[in-house]
Amino acid sequence: MYCVHCGKPAAEGDHVRCVGARGAIEPPRFCPDCARRMVVQVTPSGWSARCSRHGDRTSYDSVSGLD
Amino acid sequence: MTAAADERTKADVLDLAREQVLERGEGLDEAQVLEVLALPDERIPELLALAHEVRMRWCGPEVEVEGIVSVKTGGCPEDCHFCSQSGQFTSPVRSAWLDIPGLVRAARETAATGASEFCIVAAVRGPDKRLMSQVRDGIKAIRADGNDIQIACSLGMLSQEQVDELVEMGVHRYNHNLETARSHFPSVVTTHSWEERWDTLRMVHAAGMEVCCGGIIGMGETVEQRAEFAVQLAELNPHEVPMNFLIPQPGTPYEGFDVVEGRDALRTIAAFRLALPRTILRFAGGRELTLGDLGAEQGMLGGINAIIVGNYLTNLGRPAQQDLDMLDELNMPIKALSETL
Repeated sequence: MYCVHCGKPAAEGDHVRCVGARGAIEPPRFCPDCARRMVVQVTPSGWSARCSRHGDRTSYDSVSGLD
Repeated sequence: MTAAADERTKADVLDLAREQVLERGEGLDEAQVLEVLALPDERIPELLALAHEVRMRWCGPEVEVEGIVSVKTGGCPEDCHFCSQSGQFTSPVRSAWLDIPGLVRAARETAATGASEFCIVAAVRGPDKRLMSQVRDGIKAIRADGNDIQIACSLGMLSQEQVDELVEMGVHRYNHNLETARSHFPSVVTTHSWEERWDTLRMVHAAGMEVCCGGIIGMGETVEQRAEFAVQLAELNPHEVPMNFLIPQPGTPYEGFDVVEGRDALRTIAAFRLALPRTILRFAGGRELTLGDLGAEQGMLGGINAIIVGNYLTNLGRPAQQDLDMLDELNMPIKALSETL
């Protein structure tokens, strides 16, 4: 499981910038399953993110990994 | 005369502002804005109250609500040091294009909030034919969807031909931020000049589109440069000034910059209002990080009279309903679309 904001293992290292107020304004950028950078589209009321390996996620789905 | 005596005889800048800005509607000059920016923390409530009076007197109680969307994200050739969409930095933002159905949905989501403005934005130096075509098709599709929201664009630097084309498409306002004071710009952007941006803004104005031009506070500018920027915007006389506060974006040269302190942000908002008494002053990106919920309310009561609701281009905002509830609690009516048409 990887941090969706920095792409590093969610259970390791420092994620100070990935959580709290800072994390709340960032959509996920990295796939929680493989840490690939995702193609992200932010819209007025949500976001969608596509991983070339693991497919699409949206703000309406549950995304785990320090989000 | 001693310094103390000089201080006693010198007119207080807020007293001056009350007479000059509130009563006569004349914005503060650079030296006066600088004095306002130097006011001590204990005078911030007094400053915000005056800025609010000025806003109510010269702009009225209504708040203009807008939604924005990025039609082309990332991969920009420019090196704006604050921007996560520059292709020159190691930002995690990847390139993306929003298709026409997505653009129509975004406009629909924006209209559903009661917003009167929808701004289509692209991370480019300037639009190419493909982007102009996408915008044209997008506007047609938004209208075909029965959505009559006012459409603005932000597509970088324009040629005269592109300005004319946007007017013909029905784009009523064009956003192109000068971003910061002219004297500070070269340390923020090296791939184009402040003057090139200014040239686009003059063309937009001459073509009859409303000019939307603001910037970002917190990019290492001095307080003097904030005052300089305020009066440079006043000289441009834009219809709208969006005020952003730096979000230190991962991978950009400004990644390690501090977030603007809330009191400085409020002081800057009020100072800009006193320099621009009749201009739409819009809360834009970074307010969530810099001001939080309480600070947002203080800003609305300190000179702001417009707001971007929902998400931004690459960052998330508060849920739109939270801002609409805030406006309701503050008894600030949303400017109706019918009044802008």
